Amino acid sequence: MNRFLLPIIAFFMLGAVLYIGVVHSPNKSTMASALLGKPAPAFELPVLGEPARKLKLADLAGRPWVMNVWGTWCIACREEHAALLDIAREGRIPLIGLNWRDEDEAAQQWLAQLGNPYSAVMIDREGRTAIDFGVYGAPETFFVDAAGRVQYRHVGPMTPEVWQREFLSRLPRGPSLP
Amino acid sequence: MIPELGQFALILALVLSGAQTFFGLAGAARRDERWQAVVRPAVAGQFVLISTAIAALVSAFVNFDFSVLYVASNSNSALPTFYRVAALWGAHEGSLLLWAWILSVWTLAVAIFSRHLPASFASRVMGVLGFVSMGFLIFTLATSNPFERILPVPADGRDLNPVLQDPALAIHPPLLYMGYVGFAVAFAFACAAMLEGKLDQAWARWTRPWTTLAWAFLSVGIALGSWWAYYELGWGGYWFWDPVENASFMPWLVGTALIHSLAATEKRGLFKSWTLLLAILAFSLSLLGTFLVRSGVLVSVHSFAADPTRGMFILGFLVIVIGGALTLYAWRAPLLKSTAGFDVGAREAFLLYNNVLLVAAGAIVFIGTLAPLIADAFGAPSISVGTPWFTRLFPVAMLPLLALVSIGIHASWKQGRLATQRSRLTLGLAIAIVVGLLVVFAAYGPGRWLTPVGVVLGIWVIVSSLFDPVDRLRRRLSLSRAILGMTLAHIGLGVCVIAIAAVETYTIERDVALAQGESVALGRYAYRFDSIEPLEGPNYDGVRAVVTVLRDGQPVAVLHPEKRNYWVQRSTLTEAGIHSRWNMDLFAALGDDLGAGRWSVRAQIRPLINYVWLAAGLMALGGLLAASDRRYKSKVPATETNPAAAAGVQAS
Repeated sequence: MNRFLLPIIAFFMLGAVLYIGVVHSPNKSTMASALLGKPAPAFELPVLGEPARKLKLADLAGRPWVMNVWGTWCIACREEHAALLDIAREGRIPLIGLNWRDEDEAAQQWLAQLGNPYSAVMIDREGRTAIDFGVYGAPETFFVDAAGRVQYRHVGPMTPEVWQREFLSRLPRGPSLP
Repeated sequence: MIPELGQFALILALVLSGAQTFFGLAGAARRDERWQAVVRPAVAGQFVLISTAIAALVSAFVNFDFSVLYVASNSNSALPTFYRVAALWGAHEGSLLLWAWILSVWTLAVAIFSRHLPASFASRVMGVLGFVSMGFLIFTLATSNPFERILPVPADGRDLNPVLQDPALAIHPPLLYMGYVGFAVAFAFACAAMLEGKLDQAWARWTRPWTTLAWAFLSVGIALGSWWAYYELGWGGYWFWDPVENASFMPWLVGTALIHSLAATEKRGLFKSWTLLLAILAFSLSLLGTFLVRSGVLVSVHSFAADPTRGMFILGFLVIVIGGALTLYAWRAPLLKSTAGFDVGAREAFLLYNNVLLVAAGAIVFIGTLAPLIADAFGAPSISVGTPWFTRLFPVAMLPLLALVSIGIHASWKQGRLATQRSRLTLGLAIAIVVGLLVVFAAYGPGRWLTPVGVVLGIWVIVSSLFDPVDRLRRRLSLSRAILGMTLAHIGLGVCVIAIAAVETYTIERDVALAQGESVALGRYAYRFDSIEPLEGPNYDGVRAVVTVLRDGQPVAVLHPEKRNYWVQRSTLTEAGIHSRWNMDLFAALGDDLGAGRWSVRAQIRPLINYVWLAAGLMALGGLLAASDRRYKSKVPATETNPAAAAGVQAS
């Protein structure tokens, strides 16, 4: 074969890869996080309102949990808040908040005012854990399974439909968890 | 009114770019001088119009016109004027406008300095550049209009992303784009040569200064970005192998290969099709970088804005431009024959090895960066290869390259009589080994095996590149800017390698919790956390710590790491406290308030880190010198080739 054809062939293969990348990106509310199917990155973060307590990845092992990234500065987080409260009322799965680049006082005030859907809120003021998770912008929500692997990532405000379709469907069938 | 004027100017610029493309390419194909005569005025008009658009947007920023969505999203009434101007390229829409403007600047320069080139060739070059410009203008107007208005008009803007509110980052994008876009010129020269079906040594001589200039800008742009990451992100590193960093590094590596390949093409008429391919590749990687950053297909710490429709548009553009160029290549490159031969030890051979290694290094970065996408395309779970991939593989390509530079610099064109240079080779290597080991073991102590190897190779490159210029000076021969530039750039390479080896091995870092008056020891140094005080800025407040650095108990420096809270975007930013000495940086970053007067502090001592950026500056300066060499200004007719003279000049 003509070796001068190789570059164009290689380029079209690359083009196909990029095309798939772009096509996948609108449902990149399911944004193929580099982490999908992989162990969640380790963290050890202080808990909002409980200065002495730190929450580690290992503390959450053994059952599925959901991490919601939010901040009081984020308008879309206010939008999804009602949906999160409903989810919390259902009580099927623990909802852990990751308070991203925020101020403790403002965060506590927000939760007091709007209601607190989280079983615990971790403080990520520097945004290091958010970067480890590949967080792109708030709000984002991650589903982590009992083995500690990230199974799903939703970018943008949580809605009851997304919750039903993408999160609840990933819960193992069985008695609801406390 | 003014923003509408800007938008109108952009639309007119688009029309002119269409004219430039059509008359440039068709005029050359038809050998119609009247058609070709349209091209230069179109280039000039486009430059004026895009400049008008830029001025309109700057005026909207400076005059707080928050009815413009882009202004409202990226500035604020409390933002200082300097950053209100820099906010122009603070997000996607303005960045594209800047891209288009810089392309119009390069094209204007080509229009002015191409008068001595054959008319049809120059016309084709500008035609290709017009096509690229057309693509970007359509992209801007159709998907990313920076002049869009909003109703109701907000009372104030959402402010510029605080991480961008920094002098180095404010000038980093324009320089980076000067480099990226500059490769468009080399690309256009390559396309024009393929369209003409003729590529001679004169072609390489025309292309070289443009390529070298673009490469110099890219070097500075990358270095500024790295410097910014160092003091602003607060992690203390200078390179993270982040997709966006890699996106600028890949064109740099391939551009470096192109510069050297062009040298062989100019001097000896060799590697013609390879040079063409590299010219296409360098610009393709620039476009790919834009695609990766702007489409959001890769997640990065830098992702500011992303949008799939934009991604699709750039991808389409990529396919047309690169696909078109590569098709042309597959068709025309087989016709280009290099007749000259060369020995295994000749300079040509070393340039070839250098090219192979540089492209291999580029491929390592490319695969590592795109791995998540490739895995995704094959249905595998998304993977990210991460830093270990790069740190392990990159030296595999780079270390042999350094040795080859040190040897190849002594080789002469055509003939492989390296043996005549034996004394220089052994002397250079001996100096490098003695000095290198002395530095490593006396000043720092043994690190990993890679460290002395890197330092010795770095010194070897420096010493080797000094032989020829020193010799010329001693014999009172003239030192051309080309030789001086090459020497400086190679010294820069050596310095860069030594600095990286030192900083990677001998950095001391501690993350500790400190209360007032407590200190932490780092080798012979100690960091004492003295006090913390409130801080008030134009659009932020925060705290500033006073950290005294002591050496053997004597204070040597006071650091002021800051934590800033930007009011509008409500984000907290660290501003590291850094004291630079000639041989090291004393670095402190402020972490969290742990309560009870205790703060987490990141304390680091990084030897030679400043030389990483200094080295990039040396390379860029070398590039500027070489690009301004006198022989590029000579108006030699295209047909003239003088092998005897070319072989006599040893500069590359």
